[in-house]
Amino acid sequence: MAQESTENVIDQPEVLKPRMVTIEIAGKKVDVPEGITVIKAMWYAGIDVVRGVGCLGGFCGACATYYRTKDDPKVRTCLACQTAVQDGMSFTMMPPFPARKATYEIQTLQDPKQDLFNFYPEAPLCRNCNACTEACPQRIDVREGVWKAVFGDFKSVSEMFMDCVMCGMCTPVCIADIAPNLVALYVSRAQGAHFSEQAVGLDTRIKEIQEGRFNDEWNKILKMNDQELAEHCATVK
Amino acid sequence: MDIHALQQIVHKTRDARRKQTIPKFSPADRDQLIHKYHPDFRASAYRPIKFGPNEGDKTVVELATLLEGDSPIQDDLDLTPHDQADVLIIGGGGAGCAAALHAHGAGAKVILATKLRLGDSNSVMAQGGMQISVAPEDSPVTHFIDTLKGGHMQNDHALLKVMVEDGPSIAKWLLELGVLFDRQADGNLHVKKGGGSSKPRLLTCSDYTGLEIMRVLKDEVINQKIQLLEFAAAVELLSDDEGNCTGAIFKDLDNQRHVVVAAKCVILATGGIGRLHIQGFPTSNHYGATGDGLCLAYRMGAKLDHIDTFQYHPSGAVYPEQLIGALVTEGIRSEGGQLVNAKGERFVNELDTRDVVSSSIIRECEEGRGIRTMSGRVGVWLDTPLLDAEHGSGTLEKHFPAMMLQFERFGIDISKDPVLIYPTLHYQNGGVKIDTNSETNVRNLFVAGEASGGLHGRNRLMGNSLLDLMVFGKRSGLTAAGHAKEMKQGKLTLKHLQRFRAEAKKHGNVSGVISPMILPAYTRKVG
Repeated sequence: MAQESTENVIDQPEVLKPRMVTIEIAGKKVDVPEGITVIKAMWYAGIDVVRGVGCLGGFCGACATYYRTKDDPKVRTCLACQTAVQDGMSFTMMPPFPARKATYEIQTLQDPKQDLFNFYPEAPLCRNCNACTEACPQRIDVREGVWKAVFGDFKSVSEMFMDCVMCGMCTPVCIADIAPNLVALYVSRAQGAHFSEQAVGLDTRIKEIQEGRFNDEWNKILKMNDQELAEHCATVK
Repeated sequence: MDIHALQQIVHKTRDARRKQTIPKFSPADRDQLIHKYHPDFRASAYRPIKFGPNEGDKTVVELATLLEGDSPIQDDLDLTPHDQADVLIIGGGGAGCAAALHAHGAGAKVILATKLRLGDSNSVMAQGGMQISVAPEDSPVTHFIDTLKGGHMQNDHALLKVMVEDGPSIAKWLLELGVLFDRQADGNLHVKKGGGSSKPRLLTCSDYTGLEIMRVLKDEVINQKIQLLEFAAAVELLSDDEGNCTGAIFKDLDNQRHVVVAAKCVILATGGIGRLHIQGFPTSNHYGATGDGLCLAYRMGAKLDHIDTFQYHPSGAVYPEQLIGALVTEGIRSEGGQLVNAKGERFVNELDTRDVVSSSIIRECEEGRGIRTMSGRVGVWLDTPLLDAEHGSGTLEKHFPAMMLQFERFGIDISKDPVLIYPTLHYQNGGVKIDTNSETNVRNLFVAGEASGGLHGRNRLMGNSLLDLMVFGKRSGLTAAGHAKEMKQGKLTLKHLQRFRAEAKKHGNVSGVISPMILPAYTRKVG
């Protein structure tokens, strides 16, 4: 069992005796331990959460939340599984927003850069208010991304939006009714499917497998008994 | 002591450690280490399953109880179907989406049901990458051998062979759908070396590989107008007079009503069990990872394989409290991040297999060389600043943006300070036994992805899960669509449940729980 020693112990007294803070969940005041995540605060307050929890790791975007800290008029956005509560905080989860997603057959697009304007005709109507960038919990420069998409720089968009968890918080704030995350998703897929280099080595490998290039090696290995196989495995380093 | 004071030993010993090479364990030492420290060998956490297809087999108490659990469905429920499909897919993660797209592509009428939203899964969190042998010096055979070694030679050879051989064509399919894998300067796919692999084989999309694949697959499922049933938790399967699978019953989580779906074939793609918190471990898994598919399949008579072995990912965060259990990607170790105990010493080759690395960390902590947090947790340091020191300032920011951001939110800069880690419950190595077409011993019941068993042996190799999902998602989808063309919809009955209940009664109805669990009970009931 673990030996007790005090020298390698991190000071964290607040965890031993959690200080309670008062927060507001959807307008209702509750006391919860300071520093737990927004999701855990909801559970602590006795709220069953079905819609609004997903991966709990900051990747799925299910827990998009609006919050405000004490005395600050600014309403901010966060992922509830990745944000700690603090005294005076007020928050509410974002309901599913009815953004329009275009549907398309990505592989058969003839002119993906032009098609953007057919699928998302509102994309060029950005009025530069920057609200989408301010709303992004992943710190993506969303406004810049929308402009780059419109100007056909699909590569930059695909790189900028690699961090996008599709929480959709950029959408309700857009005064031009653009859904920037959906625009970026289309652009990124088009970039991958139409404007990326051929991976020649991959095609070679697929051909080798089809032509049975590894068959002799397979035959040899699959005939081995457990002992022979273990010995063979030990030679692969 | 202040955390920064404790971290000093990592900074102080960094230069000396950089030159050091730590050999991997010999097979004998490795077995000894694992038997002594790996949670799979903690006998008190296990018990035999009392009845059913795996009667007498041992598994963790938490799972055994659920497998023996009773169904929430009454025998006399009205089974008039609300909807019908050729192929019904239960689960909306990587395997479910891949199965749906392939079954749909083969002309089947598909319904994809999931208890949360489409895409809410572990797949979306996969950071390390996807193993596919695309490099010229690599081969599917080497991939096979590496996986076999990682799995302690217990892997099902047939399943493993099809996975490694289908890999390259899966990469091609994903590229055609627009997945942006990292490239080399010459346009070829960039490969990284993963723990337990002899060759660099990991395809990555920075440290967002799972997220990128899932963004694309989800989008494609919607573009193909595949019928979705979200917030619908499967609570029971349906069978005909011969015991073949013919559909499923769902609970609509928005209104608690039951929804009956008739289907010619059912594919379970329900993922793993992390949220059962077996042996009290924290978990890296998503909210819905409660092993529902195992319970449903078991009641239908499907045989399980390797359900006594679980993967504890070596590097779950232990500090700060808010991130407990969250993963610190293996990619950090792939790029040279070292594990360091409280004395400033390395103690394992960081690129050994996950079970070996986890066992070593547990050993260090149990022998008093760990660092304790005041909440009673213990861990060792992962020297993240070493990556910037070794490969140049900004390396972490560039290669691990997701992880940088995750810690930055709590005021921790991992390029300056090491992080405290301890193994976290990560993956169910076993699951429902399947053949190379993902079929179980129950006719017309398929299982794909983490819920299935046999492929990974007793320890899954890093990067093999994403490939498993895509390969067996595809195989289940195509085979199920093929079956569906040649058959009529079977009768909807609960005869399998009556049989299961009779057996449970013989054994005294001891479980006392209703399964599947659907979601963990985190909501505080008092106060």
